[in-house]
Order: sequence, then structure tokens, then C-alpha cells
Amino acid sequence: MRKYIATGLMALVMVLSSCLFAFAVPSSAPNTANIENEDFYRNNPYRGSTLNVYNWGEYISDGGEGSLDVNKKFEELTGIKVNYTNFDSNEDMYAKLKSGGANYDLVIPSDYMIERLIDEGLLEKLDYSHIPNFKYIDSKYKSLYYDPKDEYTVAYNVGYVALIYNKKLVDETPDSWDILWDEKYEGQILMFNNPRDAFAIAQSLLGQDYNDTDPAQWAAAYDKLLEQKPVVRAYVMDEVYNIMESGAAAMAPYYVGDYFTMAENNDDLAVAFPKEGANIFVDAMCVPTTAKNKGAAELYINFMEEPEVALANAEYIAYATPNTEVLKMDEYTYKGDETLYPDESLFENYQYFHNLPSETQTLMSNYWSDLKVDGSSNRSVYIGLIAFVVAVAGYGIFHFARRKHREKYYD
Amino acid sequence: MNNRTSNAITAPYGLWMAVFIVAPLAIVAYYALTDAAGNFSLDNITQLSLYTDTIFRSVWFGLVATILCLVTAYPLAYIFSKTKASTQTVLVMLIMIPMWMNFILRTYAIMVLFEDTGIINHFLQSIGLSPLHLINTSGAVIFGMVYNYVPFMVLPLYTTMTKLDYKYIEAGRDLGANGFQIFKDVMIPLTKPGIISGVTMVFVPSVSTFYISQKLGGGRYTLIGDVIEMQFQTAYNYHLGASISLLLMIFILICLAVMNRFGDAEEGMVV
Amino acid sequence: MKKKTTVLERVYLTLFMILLYTPMVVLMVFSFNSSNSTSVMAGFSLKWYAELFKDGATIAAFRNTVVLAVISAVISTVFGLVSAVGINYTRSRYYKRTLLTTNNIPMMNPDIVTGISMMLLFVFAGTLMHRQGVLGFGTMLIAHVTFQLPYVILNILPRFRAMDGYLTEAAQDLGCTPVQAFFKVTLPQIRPGVIAGAIMAFTLSLDDFVISYFVSGPEFQTLPIRIYSMTKKRVTPDMYALSTIIFLVMLILLIALNVIQNRAENGSLRNREKVAK
Repeated sequence: MRKYIATGLMALVMVLSSCLFAFAVPSSAPNTANIENEDFYRNNPYRGSTLNVYNWGEYISDGGEGSLDVNKKFEELTGIKVNYTNFDSNEDMYAKLKSGGANYDLVIPSDYMIERLIDEGLLEKLDYSHIPNFKYIDSKYKSLYYDPKDEYTVAYNVGYVALIYNKKLVDETPDSWDILWDEKYEGQILMFNNPRDAFAIAQSLLGQDYNDTDPAQWAAAYDKLLEQKPVVRAYVMDEVYNIMESGAAAMAPYYVGDYFTMAENNDDLAVAFPKEGANIFVDAMCVPTTAKNKGAAELYINFMEEPEVALANAEYIAYATPNTEVLKMDEYTYKGDETLYPDESLFENYQYFHNLPSETQTLMSNYWSDLKVDGSSNRSVYIGLIAFVVAVAGYGIFHFARRKHREKYYD
Repeated sequence: MNNRTSNAITAPYGLWMAVFIVAPLAIVAYYALTDAAGNFSLDNITQLSLYTDTIFRSVWFGLVATILCLVTAYPLAYIFSKTKASTQTVLVMLIMIPMWMNFILRTYAIMVLFEDTGIINHFLQSIGLSPLHLINTSGAVIFGMVYNYVPFMVLPLYTTMTKLDYKYIEAGRDLGANGFQIFKDVMIPLTKPGIISGVTMVFVPSVSTFYISQKLGGGRYTLIGDVIEMQFQTAYNYHLGASISLLLMIFILICLAVMNRFGDAEEGMVV
Repeated sequence: MKKKTTVLERVYLTLFMILLYTPMVVLMVFSFNSSNSTSVMAGFSLKWYAELFKDGATIAAFRNTVVLAVISAVISTVFGLVSAVGINYTRSRYYKRTLLTTNNIPMMNPDIVTGISMMLLFVFAGTLMHRQGVLGFGTMLIAHVTFQLPYVILNILPRFRAMDGYLTEAAQDLGCTPVQAFFKVTLPQIRPGVIAGAIMAFTLSLDDFVISYFVSGPEFQTLPIRIYSMTKKRVTPDMYALSTIIFLVMLILLIALNVIQNRAENGSLRNREKVAK
């Protein structure tokens, strides 16, 4: 009987997977978005080709929870097959793109990464005559520092960092990043677990420019972070949702759009825009030089900025949209929302990240390592290791001696 | 089987390893010994002294996790081997299935359990005990390692134990050995190959892990895997990252060599 | 016949399983959450299951993951088995040690190092062949087989050590060809190691993210890549729903398999008794 076990196991796997496919019904999401000029998309010369799109995860309206399935709609209209894959950080995306091992037709990185890609000649210039919907982009998000002449990019989403806090655990209304250093909240403070975002908060407090390359400035920011370490409960990224929703921590700096998701699950959460400012970022669509289907990519970019499509994405992602048409729509949930679209005056001190020169990058990373290592006493580790080595050596010597002893005996 | 056939059989494997293991390793070594401009440089090697504390901490965490895995898995594998053949398959699968769930989801679930306001503390409070601070401690990191790697210890132990001939144990008992002596002088020597395999498969990956320490340790217990990951990702410093990982490799090789020496493995796995 | 398990042993086994499965239970409970939280229960709902079946990208990623895991596990098990046989019979100690040390290397490097170095290797090989965009299913398959092989071999070798080497020789003396001797004598002896190796290889493939990420192309994405990339925003509970389904299906199949086997064993036992009479 046992000889069938291996085959049985493999069969299990097959059955398991087929079970799932049997249940998987084709998407019944209402793909009824009102695209005004559908014929523009129908009569395209790229019908039958494929388009490789590379985007962040959960960063497009994908038909979940009754939303519009953007990729599917695009495929239906244009007859272009979309290969949609995801990355989890700008850096990972960069490594893939730089290697040249995979041909993507469209990528959606963040501002500082776009600057780097353009510097290294990895992006293709766009033909804006193929992207008429570029006219909908808010002028605030046109001609930004990374693409001053609007040659390479079309903005997709805008986000900013703010302080998310639990009203039950914080009785004041915070207006400064100072509160993240407050000993009163020791053990209830969360901090970013990535150097750039964490340093930015310290830099804001010190009134520095995020993109300064002066080592003395970074040293000062490092000291500031070191000073904060004793009150920090944990350095977190995506875990922040679980921790803040369950009320296990009092406050965390995070991206405003994500506050809405957390607030859905915990009414006590609120958001504050510290007066020192914070990071504002733009994720934009661009075409890499390795693209094989640039024309279809431009069509896709245009499609993403169709008001109805942009609305679906803005609703789904809940970051601020640069598309001015969406802002005018009454059905837009966040129309005039003061958290997502706060008063301009709040943004006075907000800064963009630029691509840092490699020396500064290394400096920052080294400081970050030092910060993490600092204070965690290694004494117990060494005592443990030495004890282990002594025990092992002792056992070895004992064994060796006994064997020698026995050998003598046998002789 | 004569030597020529066995060499012929291992040849494809040797070739595969040369192309897909040794060649990437050569790339790593190349990065470790060059600077950003591509010139030969030993700068990365000299910088390594900064990371000795972190390396030792990683080795220590890996060691503790390995010992805990061994201690929990050994009796378990023994129990497995005593059951009926069909039950054995079910038990082995039961051990593995949790590992089929995504690593992130598993870690999230552990976090929800360990959280200060989490399920374990709710339970403790409901039966009148004071809550424990579990999350973001070194204990949580080690628990995460043990949880994720214990199946890799159970399986090789179990496969050697199914081969175990109980007559040896009975013979030992007849000759007057007590339980501990049987365990030490009969069980351990007979299951040694399984122990060596299991320890290798737990210790090696747990020393170089990075995600567990970030999520369960709250980013406070930086292990060497985290440092390497950061050099490759945030710092774009492939050169330093590569040299740290070479150093780590040498460290692990030494540990394995010592282990095999003590395993008296006449056919040592390493060096 | 094997010994019976004692009460103490059963208690230990139960406790261990409880510890192992508590996080799984948490995971399953949150798949029925009516809100999108994975830490606060808002109420019972099946909506994430409905979402899952509408989510074509996730289903496709899951299918890719299973296809890749099955193919790579089969290849690495067969390849690993053959290699383990070879390694076991290799006389040259030096050659054997070299093989076994190299065998451990893929486990030693952090995944990101393995992933990036393999990506660079594939791209380099691609430029040699004048091919752009080499990354895809093929490179993922090679990478998966490579990181599974050490585990397969480490599972099979201990069985060889525990095996009586004279058995194979005896079989050959009795007129078996080496191949027959392998399939009739050696393989049954090392089977548990082979099965354990195959299960481990499959498991590793299912759960690998970092290496897969770097060697994947634009056409083939696995479930771990999809889930990790969600961490820019949040991991949605329909992933929990998917895990719950996988888990329950596996559990039911395991129980079914066990029942069938027990019945078959009892049946053959009864038959034998009949024959004896």
C-alpha cells in the first residue's frame, strides 16, 4: 500500500488545485464604466499584442468589492492582452529593470526612483500626443523636479506622510512630530522601519532638507533618532495596520491614504498633519527603454487617466489623485475630504525625496544599522555562545580522553 | 556499484551545481572583492569588523532555535515512527501543511496572537493572570524561527527512525541499560545521520533569515540577514552585501565542520 | 510489529499539534471577517470567499504557484534521488566532500543574495545567447530546482547510511541487474526519505518569495510574489480565505486517504487470514 502514498500525495495536490479552478467563476464585476470615447480605444493599431505592466500590489482597481476591473476593461476595449505583475518596493523594481532580464512596457515607480531611472537612461520619452488625457493632470503634479519638462512621466497617485494616532490613548491633539519623542508614550510609539522615511521625520523636526548631502546634517538626524529609540515600541511597515487597528499602540507615522483603511476598523483613530511637514510623494507611470510595446503602453497610460477609470482607481487605492476631473465628480467618496485633500497651507513644509548620491545613501544605511544595533546589549549573546563552545569542547575532550583510555585498555 | 558508474551518476549533479551554485557564488565573490567602479578592492572586507556583533547574535539566535527544534522534534519523530504506516503519512503531512500557508500570513497570525492586546493576553487576563509582553522580544523572534523550521527537523529524524530496529533497544534493555543510557548509547548513534541533516536544515537557514526578526522582533533585533538585505536594497551596495554574505557563509561552514567533527561522521558533510 | 504509543506520547503529540495549528486557526477565523482587518474581528461574513473567486489575478497566481511547485518538486526529487545514489556510492572521499559542501551553499546564502546572483547569471547567459528578457517560467524552474536539491539530498542520504549496503549486493548476486536491484531493494528501503524530500521540496517552492521575485518575468507571477507586493498597501483577507480553502481541502483529502488506506490494510489482513485458514 505504501508505494502508492507518493502518488497519492501528488494526486492530492492536483485535486486540490482543480477544486479551486472549478469554483473560480469568471469575474462578474460590473464593467460598466462610462468611457466617453470608447472608439478611441477600440480602433487602436496594437490589437492582438501584449502589454507587460509592472505595478505595486493592490495599486489598481481590480474588480474587488464591486469595483471596476481596470485591466479587464482595457483588454475588452482594446484587444491588447495585459500581463500584470507586481513589485513590493522601488528598490526591487529597480534591480529587475536594471538587469535587463525582463521586458516591461510600463512601470509605476515613485518620484526619487524615476529621477534615478532617468539619470541612468532607463526610461523612454513619451509621445504626449498619444496621451490626450494628460490635460486632466493637476498642474501641481506636472513638471515636477524629476521630470521638469514633462517628457517621461504621467502622475498616477499622490501620497503624504502624516501622524496616525489613537484618540483613546492620546488625549492631546498632536501638531508636531515632537510627540513621537514624548516619554509619556513610551512603548506605545511606532516608527517607520525603513531608513528614508524614518530619517525624514527626524530631519523635519530639525528643519533640514531631506536631500541634503552634508554628513553633519545626517549625523544630527541620526542623534535625533537614537534619542527616540528608548520610547519606540517597534519599527514597522505593513504590520502597522494590525497594530493600530487593534489599539495596541498609540501612534504611528504612516501614509494618509492608508489611514482610511485603518479607520474603517477602529473608530478611535485620527490623523494629524505635523507643522514641521513630512514627505509627499508621487507615483507616476513611465515606459522603460526595454519596452517592446511602447504604443500600447501610451494607450494604457491614457486609459488610466480616463475620468471614470481614474475615479475607480482613486476610490480603490484611497490615495490622492492628480486627476482634476475626478475631483469634480460628485460620486467620488473623498470629494473635498479634508484628510486626503487638506488645505494647501498644510503642505508648506512638505518635501519630496530626491535620489540621493551613493555616498549619502551608504551613510544613511550605515547610520540605520547603527541605530538598530545600538543599545541592544550583546553580553548575554557572548556569554551564551562561550558557554556553548565550552560545553561542546568539554564534551569533545571527555570523549577523546575516554577513547584513548579504552584504546589503551584494548591494547 | 563501481566507481565509474557512481561518478557518471553524480556528473549531471556536479555540472548542475557548477553552473547554478558555483557560478552565482563567483558573482557574489566578484562583488565582494570590487568597488563601485569595478576595481579590485578590499574595502568591503575591512568594513566587516563592524558587523561582528550582529553576526554573533545571528549565530546565537540560530543556535538556540536549532537546539529548541531538536529537543521538540526528537520525541515527536520517535512518536511518529511508532505509529501505523498510514498514520505516519498523515502525521508527516500535518506537520508540513501549515508551511503551505504563506509565510507573511503565518507571521501576521503569530503577531495577532502575541500582541499586547492579542489573543494570548486576552486569554491570560480572562483567567485572572497578568498579561505578558510577548511581541517584539527576542523570545518572539526565536519562537518564529522554531515555528517555521521545526518541520525541517522532524522529517529527517522521522525518516531515520522508521529504519530504527527496536531489537537494539530491547537488547540494550536486556543488558541492563536504563532509559537514559539507551537514549544516549543506542538511539542517538543510530539516528545520527538524521540529526545531522535536520540540524543543517534548521541552523543554516535560521542564521540567514531576515523577515522573522523584522516582523516579530519589531525591527529591534537586527540579524545579519537584515543587514545583508538592506545593503542590497536600500543602500544599493551589492559589494558590501556580497562580502557580508561571504563572511556569513564562512561562519556557517565552520559551524557545520565542527558539528560534523563531533558527529564523528566518517563521511563528513563539510570540508 | 511496531510498539504502541503511550498516553504521555499522545499528550505530547496533541500539545505540539495545538501549538502548530493555533496560528492556522487565527488565520482561518480572520478569513470570515466582515471587515478588511486581519487583527480585529468585526463580524462573520463569507464576502472574502466571494471576493477570492472573482479575483482572477489571485487565482492565476495560485495556479502558477502549484504548477511551478509540482514540476520543480518532481524534477528535484528525481534528480536528487539519482544524485544521492551516486554520492552514496562515490569512493573518492575528496569528491564526495566537495559535492556535499557545495550542496549546502544554496541554504547558506540569504535568499536575496541567491536571488540577485541567479538573476545576474541568467541575464549574463541571456546576453551570451543574444536574448533579451530571459527571465520567466524557465528561469524560475531552474532556480526552484536548485534551492530544493540540497533539501532532497539531505533527506535521502540518512536513509542510505541507515541501510544495509549488503542487501543490494545480495540482490545482484541472486541475479538482479543493478537497475533491478535499485528498484526492488534500494528504493523501498529509502522510500520514506524520498517522500520526505519531495514534500519538503514542494513546500519550499510554494512559499518562496525572494528568489522567485528576482528570477521571474512579466508573464508568470506566483502567489507569494502577489502577497508580498501587497504590503505596499495591505494584505487583503481574501488571501486568508485562499489559505483556509487550501487547508481544509488538504485536511479532508488526508483523512480520506487515511480511511482508504486503513480499509485496504484491514482488507488485505483479512484476506491473508482467509488464505491461512
